[in-house]
Amino acid sequence: MFVQQLINGIILGSTYALIALGYTMVYGIIELINFAHGEIYMFGAFTGMILMTRFNLPFPAALLLAMVTAALMGVTVEYVAYRPLRRSPRLAALISAIGASIFLQNLALLLWGSRPQNFPSPFKIKVYQSSFFSISQLEIIILVISFLLMVGLSFFIKNTRTGKAMRATAQDRDTASLMGININRIITITFAIGSALGAAAGVLVGIYFRTVNPMMGVMPGLKGFVAAVLGGIGSIPGAMLGGLLLGIAEVAGVAYISSQYRDAIAFAILIIVLLFKPSGLVGLPDQEKV
Amino acid sequence: MNVYYLQLLILIGINIIMASSLNLVIGYTGQLSLGHAAFMSLGAYTSALATLRLGLPFGAALLIGAVVAALFGIVIGLPTLQLKGDYLAIATLGFGEIVRIVFLNLDITGGAVGLRGIPKETDFLWVICLVLITGFALNRIIHSRVGRALLAIREDETAAESMGINSTYYKTLCFGVGAFFAGIGGGLFAHWFRYIHPNTFGFLNSIEYLCMVVLGGLGNMWGAVIGAGLLTIIPELLRQIADLRLLIYGIVLIIMMRVRPQGILGQSQGKSTHTLSRYYKQILGKIKNR
Amino acid sequence: MAEQTILKATNICHSFGGLMALKDVDFKISSKEIVGLIGPNGAGKTTLFNLFTGHYCPTRGEIYFNNRKINGLKPYQITPQGIARTFQNIRIFSQMSVLDNVLIGQHCRTKTGLWGAIIRTSGSKREEARAYETALKMLHFVNLEEKKDEHASNLSYGEQRRLEIARALATDPTLLLLDEPAAGMNPQETSTLIKLIRQIRDEMNKTILLIEHDMKVVMSISERVAVLNYGRKIAEGTPQEVQNNDEVIKAYLGESA
Repeated sequence: MFVQQLINGIILGSTYALIALGYTMVYGIIELINFAHGEIYMFGAFTGMILMTRFNLPFPAALLLAMVTAALMGVTVEYVAYRPLRRSPRLAALISAIGASIFLQNLALLLWGSRPQNFPSPFKIKVYQSSFFSISQLEIIILVISFLLMVGLSFFIKNTRTGKAMRATAQDRDTASLMGININRIITITFAIGSALGAAAGVLVGIYFRTVNPMMGVMPGLKGFVAAVLGGIGSIPGAMLGGLLLGIAEVAGVAYISSQYRDAIAFAILIIVLLFKPSGLVGLPDQEKV
Repeated sequence: MNVYYLQLLILIGINIIMASSLNLVIGYTGQLSLGHAAFMSLGAYTSALATLRLGLPFGAALLIGAVVAALFGIVIGLPTLQLKGDYLAIATLGFGEIVRIVFLNLDITGGAVGLRGIPKETDFLWVICLVLITGFALNRIIHSRVGRALLAIREDETAAESMGINSTYYKTLCFGVGAFFAGIGGGLFAHWFRYIHPNTFGFLNSIEYLCMVVLGGLGNMWGAVIGAGLLTIIPELLRQIADLRLLIYGIVLIIMMRVRPQGILGQSQGKSTHTLSRYYKQILGKIKNR
Repeated sequence: MAEQTILKATNICHSFGGLMALKDVDFKISSKEIVGLIGPNGAGKTTLFNLFTGHYCPTRGEIYFNNRKINGLKPYQITPQGIARTFQNIRIFSQMSVLDNVLIGQHCRTKTGLWGAIIRTSGSKREEARAYETALKMLHFVNLEEKKDEHASNLSYGEQRRLEIARALATDPTLLLLDEPAAGMNPQETSTLIKLIRQIRDEMNKTILLIEHDMKVVMSISERVAVLNYGRKIAEGTPQEVQNNDEVIKAYLGESA
């Protein structure tokens, strides 16, 4: 029972982690809560579904194309709604982000209606059974894909030139720009990668629950942000850890407390973490200078 | 009066109360709260249960609802207001969601069915009187020793503390006052529509009040009034094109922030014309005459 | 003039993480003195200020103000006891009027609460008028009375520094801490400032402790100078004594001098 819950938690958590990465990367660089991120995730799921049902693409191609589409979308949102406000008060950017989120949500409603739609499962339902737990082939694939994406991102951030430029920009935008880093390009790349990861999460959740709908991004969007804060906003390993922990906590909460309070659990954890360690589990505390 | 216009006016009135009380918290004290609708729901449910179950007169029920909301504001504010900026925003968002989920699961509030059959007590007179009282009280608070302390905290919390201002006390106080008036707004709402549901007071509703405040201009009393008016009327005007309504709402938010990030009546940094209150001139006059 | 100690700090240590910013510093200041606190960058001067005003709590040691222990208290608890300060990087309330800035200084000397504010009781009206009068007096004192309705952010740099002093004076302190008051001022503004600081002591009977890098300022107004280096107090005495102290010269000019 316990091991089974843990596995379910890790599966859910790995999708939260993918969403959280988008939040944390964007926040690390432009200090903005990208409220439209949950909608990018939703669009990713829809794109994947449409590509597989109407265009009969195989799953890997659909996943990849959904990620590319979402990346373009994220970059567009940044270009239209955030870039013009970079020197404005932060609240203005926040409202603009909310505007983008409302717009995208209602665009989806207009395009696809409010009814949930079926997401076909690309894999045979094959369940591996052991004495402690059971895990389906689908679940293994979800775990493997999220894991690969996270490892890939870590490698990219750590070792590539662009990754280093991203880290430098996150630390100090002005200095980075003095060092010859093209800040606009870095921000665009950040949005592209973050959105692609969000879309991957959307597709994975889509094949897992076999359904998509235009409102599906709202709660996972909020929880992805909670996961990012939980791990320490701005920290990439933090977002991964935060996502996994949040997923495990949520599944455990449903199993041992009450399923009705499922969504409240995430927020209760959030508030507790914020009160005792506002910088998150991995983040460094920042002391104000007088 | 035409019922439709009456309803619109009443909604505008309630939204003015909501926006101007949130303006005290965000605009004047600089504390970003994303949970204002939660305080509204506390006032709505408490006052509705007071008239429905206890048979209390409307005025008393409104007051009780407001007091309960204010108490929650203080209890929630005391720990969370230690947090700054986005962290506070996200903590208040989490708190708001928890309140909503709890209301969804309580028996006494009707759970997910909502609360029906609330007596229709709200009328135009009640709304107009309470709008005036709210405006009067908030205006007086702002132009006083207390208001100055709040402004000082917004401008520079460290400097405010070194001037002898207990910032925790004043932030909590302002949160309590904001929640009090939000509770009144909720009571009026419940006794006009006669039916309330936890999802009427969700995260998106909090965001809507935030948009009103920012659109009108942070830290400007009339700004909140104009913001509340506009964002109540615009969606109504768009009702003919129901499907596109929220889509356009999102676009309006993005464009408004691009064109005028400080809001319609907001001060642009530095070169604003500071309007002095009449009270200020009165006292100065008296001192000169001595 | 009675030599009465108003602030006494003993064995002050303060560390940030593992870094010792202050080591066993003893410090005393008597009523109506003007004391200069100098030392190279990073010597711990501002840290000492922050300990006196409650922005930091000392890792070790004790601070007494008027014979009452103040370490561990918060800034808003210390200010009403009579310590006020200015900041190294000006921290005025820039989106408020000049007069409002100074009125904030009167916060801890007034007590109108929520009710008094909404009802505007006769008590609160009287109190408000009194606060205005004090604030205007302070603005007059620093020669900013004409600018009282101006937005604080519209003041020139030197004016902002004077506004910060007026605001601190409005808290009615016995001890005024000035953190680099002359920084960024031109020679003319500096000489006005020197006069102003003397006036604050002579006419308002305040005790003054100032951090300053401009040696002309420190040496001309301080009666006593304390020197910090690497978190230790290396010298203390009259400006004359300090200027001739070998260790001080070494600290400022390096070993070879």
